[in-house]
Amino acid sequence: MSMMALILRRKILSKPYISHQSSLYSTTPEIKSLNSQRIEKILIANRGEIACRIITTAKRLGIRTVAVYSDADRDSLHVKSADEAFRIGPPPARLSYLNSSAIIDVANKSGAQAIHPGYGFLSESADFAQLCENENLLFIGPPASAIRDMGDKSASKRIMGAAGVPLVPGYHGDEQDIDFMKLEADKIGYPILIKPTHGGGGKGMRIVQSPNEFADSFLGAQREAAASFGISTILLEKYITKPRHIEVQIFGDKQGNIIHLYERDCSVQRRHQKIIEEAPAPNVSSDFRSHLGQAAVSAAKAVNYHSAGTVEFIVDTQSGQFHFMEMNTRLQVEHPVTEMIVGQDLVEWQIRVANGEPLPLTQSEVPFSGHAFEARIYAENVPKGFLPATGVLHHYCPVTATSAVRVETGVEEGDTVSMHYDPMIAKLVVWGQDRLSALIKMKDCLSKFQVAGLPTNIDFIIKLASHRAFQNGEVETHFIERYKDDLFIDGSNPISAEKAESAAKHAASIVAACICQNELARLKDKAPGGLHLWYGNPPFRINHFAKRTVDLEWENQYSISGSNLLTVSITYLPDGKYLVETGESNSPGLEIQVTQLSNNDYRVEVDGLSLNVCLAAYSKDQIEHIHIWHGDSQHQFKQRMGLEIYDDEETIDKPARVATSYPSGTVIAPMAGLVVKVLVKDGEKVQEGQPVLVLEAMKMEHVVKAPANGYVSGLEIKVGQSVQDGVKLFALKD
Amino acid sequence: MLRIWTKRRLASQCLIPWRMYPTTLISTRNSSSGILHDTLDRNSDSYTRNSKVMDELVSQLHSHILKVMEGGGPEAVKRHRSRNKLLPRERIDRLIDPGSSFLELCQLAGHELYQEPLPSGGIVIGIGTIHKRLCMLVANDSTVKGGSYFPITVKKHLRAQEIAAQCKLPCIYLVDSGGAFLPKQAEVFPDKENFGRIFYNQAVMSSEGIPQIALVLGSCTAGGAYIPAMADESVMVKGNGTIFLAGPPLVKAATGEEVSAEDLGGATVHCKTSGVSDYFAHDELHALAIGRDIVKNLHMAGGPEVSGQTRADYKEPLYDVKELRTVAPTDLKQPFDVRSIIARILDGSEFDEFKKLYGTTLVTGFGRICGQPVGILGNNGILFMESAQKGAHFIELCTQRNIPLIFLQNITGFMVGSKSEASGIAKAGAKMVMAVSCAKVPKITVVIGGSFGAGNYAMCGRAYSPNFMFFWPNARISVMGGPQAAGVLAQVEGITKRKRGIQWTKEEEEKFKAKVVEAYDREGSPYYATSRLWDDGIIDPADTRRILSLCISATLNRGPEATKYGVFRM
Repeated sequence: MSMMALILRRKILSKPYISHQSSLYSTTPEIKSLNSQRIEKILIANRGEIACRIITTAKRLGIRTVAVYSDADRDSLHVKSADEAFRIGPPPARLSYLNSSAIIDVANKSGAQAIHPGYGFLSESADFAQLCENENLLFIGPPASAIRDMGDKSASKRIMGAAGVPLVPGYHGDEQDIDFMKLEADKIGYPILIKPTHGGGGKGMRIVQSPNEFADSFLGAQREAAASFGISTILLEKYITKPRHIEVQIFGDKQGNIIHLYERDCSVQRRHQKIIEEAPAPNVSSDFRSHLGQAAVSAAKAVNYHSAGTVEFIVDTQSGQFHFMEMNTRLQVEHPVTEMIVGQDLVEWQIRVANGEPLPLTQSEVPFSGHAFEARIYAENVPKGFLPATGVLHHYCPVTATSAVRVETGVEEGDTVSMHYDPMIAKLVVWGQDRLSALIKMKDCLSKFQVAGLPTNIDFIIKLASHRAFQNGEVETHFIERYKDDLFIDGSNPISAEKAESAAKHAASIVAACICQNELARLKDKAPGGLHLWYGNPPFRINHFAKRTVDLEWENQYSISGSNLLTVSITYLPDGKYLVETGESNSPGLEIQVTQLSNNDYRVEVDGLSLNVCLAAYSKDQIEHIHIWHGDSQHQFKQRMGLEIYDDEETIDKPARVATSYPSGTVIAPMAGLVVKVLVKDGEKVQEGQPVLVLEAMKMEHVVKAPANGYVSGLEIKVGQSVQDGVKLFALKD
Repeated sequence: MLRIWTKRRLASQCLIPWRMYPTTLISTRNSSSGILHDTLDRNSDSYTRNSKVMDELVSQLHSHILKVMEGGGPEAVKRHRSRNKLLPRERIDRLIDPGSSFLELCQLAGHELYQEPLPSGGIVIGIGTIHKRLCMLVANDSTVKGGSYFPITVKKHLRAQEIAAQCKLPCIYLVDSGGAFLPKQAEVFPDKENFGRIFYNQAVMSSEGIPQIALVLGSCTAGGAYIPAMADESVMVKGNGTIFLAGPPLVKAATGEEVSAEDLGGATVHCKTSGVSDYFAHDELHALAIGRDIVKNLHMAGGPEVSGQTRADYKEPLYDVKELRTVAPTDLKQPFDVRSIIARILDGSEFDEFKKLYGTTLVTGFGRICGQPVGILGNNGILFMESAQKGAHFIELCTQRNIPLIFLQNITGFMVGSKSEASGIAKAGAKMVMAVSCAKVPKITVVIGGSFGAGNYAMCGRAYSPNFMFFWPNARISVMGGPQAAGVLAQVEGITKRKRGIQWTKEEEEKFKAKVVEAYDREGSPYYATSRLWDDGIIDPADTRRILSLCISATLNRGPEATKYGVFRM
C-alpha cells in the first residue's frame, strides 16, 4: 500500500499536469483562443527562496524569467538564477520590492507579460494587482477585488458571515475610538486578540489577558500596523485558548471552478509565526476534513476567487468547532507540503490559470498520498526569544534533495542574511508514506542540515519534532509555550547541564583531533622539497610523544557566565591516532583516529565507534568559529586566534585581550534593527522593566526595557538610526 | 696525533685476537637488485636476549627523558606558570608550525654531571620549522636554577649555534635566564668556548646572513642582556621580559637609585625609549606569534635548499624499523651484520653496495633515506688496511657527488700486529681520517655499538665535526675496552713496581685491574658521554631512520660545498 503510494507520488511529481492535459484540450474549446496570450516571459516581483522556487517552475515550462533586486541582493541566488535581472532600488523594501512603479517599469522594459508576486511584499496588494491590470500585465494571483475583499479583515468576516462560513465572535467595525474598542472588548470577554485589519504574518498582533493591559497593546498594534501596512485599523476577536491553526489550500480558475487541495496544519508557531507545517492535519477525521474543505471552497466562491489561496481556520480543540479566521490571497510559504501530498506543482497551476486555462483536476480527481512536513529554517536567536539574527552564512550545506526531500532556499554559502528582509534561510520539505515516517526523515535531514555563521533554529526544530506530544500529533498554537520546559534549556537542571557538558567535551575532543589532522594535511601538502619530512604524522619528538593543547570556548547555555573554556590536550600517538584528554582526572581520555575525506568531512573512530563528522570553520572578529556535526548532534565552539591580533603602539597600554563585554549596567542591542521610538531622555530615572526604546527589525517591534531601577546614561541613540547586534544602547546608573 | 697512535699501539699489545666476522651472513643474492634480504633469525636465543636487554635500555632511556621533561620540578613549574609563562618545550611547540616535528638535541646534557640535578642542562635546543623554514631554537628553562648558565649550559648553547652555523639555520633564542651561574664563573666566563662565545657567534652568524632573533620572555640580566641586544630583531613581553646590565639590587648598591625591574628594563622602556628591543608583546603567546611573523618575513636569499635529488615519494624499509631494537648488538662481542641495520634504515631496504668483496669489514654503499640520497659506511668488524682504503675511496666518491655520509659506528679499532703494521695500516688509517676530516658533505654519525680507539676517528667521531652524532643506548665509547686498558695499565704498573722492587700480589693486581675496568665502564656509558655533550643525544634505535631523515633535511638547508683534501700518504 505504502509502496503504491510512493510510486503514485513519484509519477505525479515527475509528470505534473500531463495526465490531465489531453482531457483539457478535448473538453474545453475556448482554450484555443487563449493560446495566443500565453505567458512566455514572467517577472518575479520577489526575492529569496520563493523567487527561486518560481524561477525553477518557469524554467521547466520554458518560460523566460526576469528577476528584480535591491542593492542588498545584487549577488543573490534569485538574481543569478533568472534569465535577466533588474535593479529596482536601495535595500529597504519600501524603496525596492514594494516599489510597484519601478517593478511595472521593469516588466514593460523587459517585455514580460506577467508578474508573479510570490508571497509577502506586493502579493496581497489589491492596488498592485489593479496596476498590473491597467498596464496590461497579467498578475499571477487572484483578482484585485478578491484581494481587496479579503485583505480587509473586517470586511472579509462580513462577507464570510453572509456566505455562512462560521466566524469567531469579535468586533470588526470601523469605529476605532479606544474607549469604544475597550467596551467592545469587555463585551467579547478576555482573553482577547487585537489584530490589524490589514496585513498578516502576526505582525501587530497582541493578546490581551486583562482589561488594564488593553490600552497599551491597542496603541502598539496601531503603531505597528501603520508602520507595516500603512493602515492602522484594528479588529478585536475572542481569543481561543487551545486552538489549532488549520488552513485549506484552495485553487480556482477563471472559469469559476474552485477546488480545495486538502488542509495544512500550521499550529506550531512562535511569535505568532509558523515554524513547522504539515499536510494533512494530524488527528482529524475525513468527515471533518471534507467539511473544512467545503467551507473553504464556499469562502473562495463568495469572492469569485481564482488562482491559489488559503482559507485559514481556527479550530477549537476543546469543542471541535472551526471558525473562519482569514483568507490569504496568495501562494503561501508552506505551499510545498500540499504539493507533496497531492503531487502537483502549484506555481505551474498558477501560471496556467493566469493563462486562462481551466483547473487540471476536478475535486474528486485530486490525489492524496502520504504526509509531508515543512520546517522553516530561520536565522534567529532561539534563547533570546526567537529574535531575528543577521550575519554571513559562512558555511551552508543543506541536505541533498531527493524525490521525497525538498530544500527551498534562496541563499548560498557566503551570502548575508541582512536586517532588511525576512531572516528565513530555507524551507526543508519532506514527504513520507505516513506521518511518522515523514517525521523521522525530517529529523534526520535537520540533523544533517549544516548552517554556520549565524544562529539558527535548527536545533530547536529538532527538539520540537522529537517531542512526544508533537510525535503524537497533539499540535496547537500554544504548543511551544505549553512544553517550554522540555523545549528550552533549563539552566537550573544539574543533570541535563552535566550531560550537555560531557557531550560538549566529547565533541571538543573530536574537533581537536580533526583540527590536528587537517593541519598536518595542509602543511605537508605545501612544504617545499625535503621539508615535508617535518610534517609527518605523528609529528616527531625524540624519546617522547608530541603533545599540544587546543583551547575551545563552548557556549554553555546552562551556565550563567555563558561560555566555558574547554582545554583539550592531545598526544600524538605513534600509530597516527590521537589521545585526547579534556582535563578530567577521572576520565581516561579518548583514542581518536581521523581520516580526512574531503575539506570538511572526516571519518572519525572514537573508542571503536566509527562515524562521519563534518567540520566547518570561519573566522569573525579575530575569533575562529568551529562547528561540528557528528552523529545526530551539532556543536559549536570558538577559538581565540590569540596570535597576531595586536596592532602596535596604540594598544601598548591597553589590557591584554580586551573582553568584548561591557561594564555591568550596560544595555546592548539584542538584535540589529532600526530605532523606531526612544521613550525616555538621557539622564531620566527609570524603573525596572520600563520600556526605554523600541527597535524594529524584520518588521517586528522589540521593546528594550530597563533591566533595573536607575538613571539612564549615555543614551545617544536617535529615532531612525540603525543599530548593529550587540552594540551599546545605553547604561543604567544608580 | 702522535700520542693517540702510541696509545693505540700500547693497546694493540694486549688486544685479544679479534675474530673475523663472517661477511657472508647475507646469503648469495641477486646482486643487481640491491635489496637487502631479511637475515634476522627471530627464533634465536640472541634475538630474544637482545630484545630483552634493549627493551630495558630503551625504557631506562625513556624514564630519564620523562624526568628531564619535568624541568626544575613541580614547585618551580608552578611558580613559573603563575607568572603566565609557558615551559620551554611548550613555548617551542607554539613557535613551530602546529603539528610539525621538532628535533630536540642533547636532551640529557648535564645528566648526573653536577652535585645537583640540571635537567637538560637548563636549556632546550633543537630544530623545527616555522612557516616552513627550518630554524634552530634555543630556549632557556628558568625552572632550572633560574635558567642560569652552568658550564654545560654554555656548551649546549654553543653546540646549538654550531649546528645553526653549519646548516645555516636562523636562530631563535627564547630568553629567560639569570645569566652566568656565579659560583662556577671560572668555568663559565673566561675561556674561548665560554659565555662570551655566544655573542661572538651571534655576530659572526649575523654577518653571514644567518638571522638571529631573540624573544625575551623572562629576565635577561648582565651578560644575558647581550643576547637580545646582539640579535637582528628582538621581541619583549610586557611584565615578564626584562633586559638590564645590572638588576635593581645592584643598581641600588652602585648608585643608590631605587627602581623597579619593569621601569629599569621592561618592555615599555626598551621598545619605546631605549630601542634595545624592537617588538612589544602583551604576553607570551603574543611574543611567540611575533616570533613566527619575523620568521615569515625572512626573505633570505636562496631560501631553504631544495635538493633536486630528493624524492618526494619513497618506500619505507621492507622490514620493521622497530626490529632495530633487537638487531643492535647489546653484547659487543657478538658478531652481527651491519646490513641488517642498513636494511631497516634505507628506503625500500635498497642498498647498492660499493666494493662489496674488498675490505669486507667496512660496508659501504648508496641508498636513500626518505627520498634523500646517502652514502653509508658501516663497520662489520675491525678495520684492516683494505677496509680503511676502501672507506677513504668511498668518502671521496660521495664528496664528488655531494652525497651526505652516514657513519654507523661499531668499531673496536684498527687491526694490530706485525703483519698489519707491515701492511701500512697506519698509512691506510691516515687516508681515511684525512678523507673524513676534509669531506664537506653533511656527515652524520650514529654509534650503534662500540666506539673504541682510532676507529672512532676514522668513523667520524665527535672530533671530526659530524653535523650530528647520536648514540644508541647500548653503545660504549672509550679509547679502548675496559679489560684491555686494565691489562695495559697493569703491565705498566707491574714494570714500575718491579723497577722499585715492590712485590705486587696477584690479588692486588686484580684489584687494580677491577678499578680500571670499573672506571672505563662508567665513563664508557652513553649517559656519561651525552651528559658531557660528546654527542647530540641518545636515541631509541627504532627512531634512527626518522632522526636521520630529519638531520639530512636540516643539513641540506645549506648549499653544497666543494671539498679539498690535504696530502694523502700514499
